[in-house]
Amino acid sequence: MTTPLPNAVPADSSDVGRDATSGTAATERAGTPAAEHASEGPESLIRARGLTKRFGAFTAVDAIDFDVAPGESFGFLGPNGAGKTSTMRMIGCVSPITAGELSVLGLNPASDGARIKAHIGVVPQQDTLDMELTVRENLIIYGRYFDLSRREAGRKADELLEFVQLSDRARDQVEPLSGGMKRRLTIARSLVNEPDLLLLDEPTTGLDPQARHLLWDRLYRLKQRGVTLVLTTHYMDEAEQLCDRLVIMDKARIVAEGSPHELIERYSSREVLELRFPVGILETLHAELDGLADRIERLPDRVLLYTDDGEAAAAAAHSRGLRPETVLVRRSSLEDVFLRLTGRTLIE
Amino acid sequence: MTAPARAAPRLRRPLAGGGRQVFEYKALVYRRVWRGSVFSTFLSPVLFLAAMGVGLGSFVDHGSAIASLGGVSYAAFLAPGLLAAQGMQTAASESTWAIMGGFVWDRTFHGMYATPVTVAGIIAGHLAWVTARLTLVATAFFVVMLAFGFVVSPFGVLGIGASVLTGLAFAAPITAFAAGQKNDQAFNVIFRFFITPLFLFSGTFFPIEQLPLIIRPIAWLTPTWHGVALARGLSLGSLDPIGALVHLAVLAAYIVAGTAWALIAFRRALSK
Repeated sequence: MTTPLPNAVPADSSDVGRDATSGTAATERAGTPAAEHASEGPESLIRARGLTKRFGAFTAVDAIDFDVAPGESFGFLGPNGAGKTSTMRMIGCVSPITAGELSVLGLNPASDGARIKAHIGVVPQQDTLDMELTVRENLIIYGRYFDLSRREAGRKADELLEFVQLSDRARDQVEPLSGGMKRRLTIARSLVNEPDLLLLDEPTTGLDPQARHLLWDRLYRLKQRGVTLVLTTHYMDEAEQLCDRLVIMDKARIVAEGSPHELIERYSSREVLELRFPVGILETLHAELDGLADRIERLPDRVLLYTDDGEAAAAAAHSRGLRPETVLVRRSSLEDVFLRLTGRTLIE
Repeated sequence: MTAPARAAPRLRRPLAGGGRQVFEYKALVYRRVWRGSVFSTFLSPVLFLAAMGVGLGSFVDHGSAIASLGGVSYAAFLAPGLLAAQGMQTAASESTWAIMGGFVWDRTFHGMYATPVTVAGIIAGHLAWVTARLTLVATAFFVVMLAFGFVVSPFGVLGIGASVLTGLAFAAPITAFAAGQKNDQAFNVIFRFFITPLFLFSGTFFPIEQLPLIIRPIAWLTPTWHGVALARGLSLGSLDPIGALVHLAVLAAYIVAGTAWALIAFRRALSK
């Protein structure tokens, strides 16, 4: 009964290795592994079994199962309309579940919505900032919704404006802020109650690279402090930067689950060789490509060869007399996994 | 399960679903825009009472008219009617764009609903704010009435309460209606086809006995007529207790039914 709040738990040691791959990650670290949680056994911050959301005859989320552990960064990846936002809204206790089971922070959203909401932060897909108030007033009034005193809310507002680098805009109206600034303000606002769990629905969609990297950096710091992050995205680089573990959703279901590394290993090859041919040549190639790689994918302008050794495959192609316009060997990415699992057809 | 441990933290949930905090939010926004409402709050009643009560009244006040108005001057007849009817207009303008905008434009209600603030808290905070606005507007109006000498009975001061209740009888259902709107097109219809006719034909400017018999029952069903009759009866000291109870019951019924509808409409709009 005395489990410490996840906020109090230092960053888990298992994410140390991620520094190497995340270029923007801050390098300050808590350093001490969290032993407290291990001794309590696995306990889910979010647990979903057969979770379903239907809107009339349309099924937005179709009986999905997942668990999110304390301190973890968990991602929902998927094309538009896959059911990510509906899932997030059920976790955020604003959208009632249609069927299945869902527990958040060990509580039932249907009966304990307000109690759960007191401990979570939400960054919705569309900003809900108040345009009639200033930047700082937006934060203070939001703190009041969590019953912080005015003094506490004011102190928290200043601290958070510092954190998202908006201190110099504190007294400005929200309306003229750039998209990136509004997003940062939304994130600051979601932290006003020092949440144990932060829900981020497409946090960086529509932002320029500088703004995205700044946001990633801030989110990574929160993660280091032990805040559990759950995010949806359709940016693969974002998922690789931020998620310890993710699920890929497609057509209301979960089609794959694992760490970015595991997913790449399972659904793609170590490397990808991309050969681009002049217009018209690719259609004439058939047997010449056979056996060059574990899997071959033809696109209109190029051919992708999934293989563990891209250089070797390129050399083999060359020795068969193939003369592509460009040759590119790259590491397999989450995008390859994503496109393999959810298809290349445009979904609208 | 560790749920109880999690539930005993530094953070509290606001009482009453956060109604007080929502009220604070409204007040914070109003602090930025109050200048614009000074005219409608304080100056327009003065102008209205001067033009209608004093100006028009001097044409109306002669034997037969005074008799049909119950033996008082036109101004004394009109003023409490305007007091109540103005509550309707204030309430309608506070509960249309402000509500729809909170769902569609700024989405601030969605932001509130992501916190421990509940649907009931949002509605309570909004209606409490409307009540505060109505009280302010009605008090200002009553002071002007008093200054012009248009109040006959000391009970007239209770007309402020009648004005607030009339306003709330409109605020609650209009709030519910506004929550279901995707844009503001319907609001002009509300003002043109409901608020303005009700303002003109619910006994504010002339007794509804002047209306054709066939239309009179419609007036009886409207909160405006009951609010006007209540405020006037109080101000002229002509109110009978049974009539007062009927007026109060009708206004209360509109407030209760409107609030219940608003709970459903808000929940639907927020939990999609």
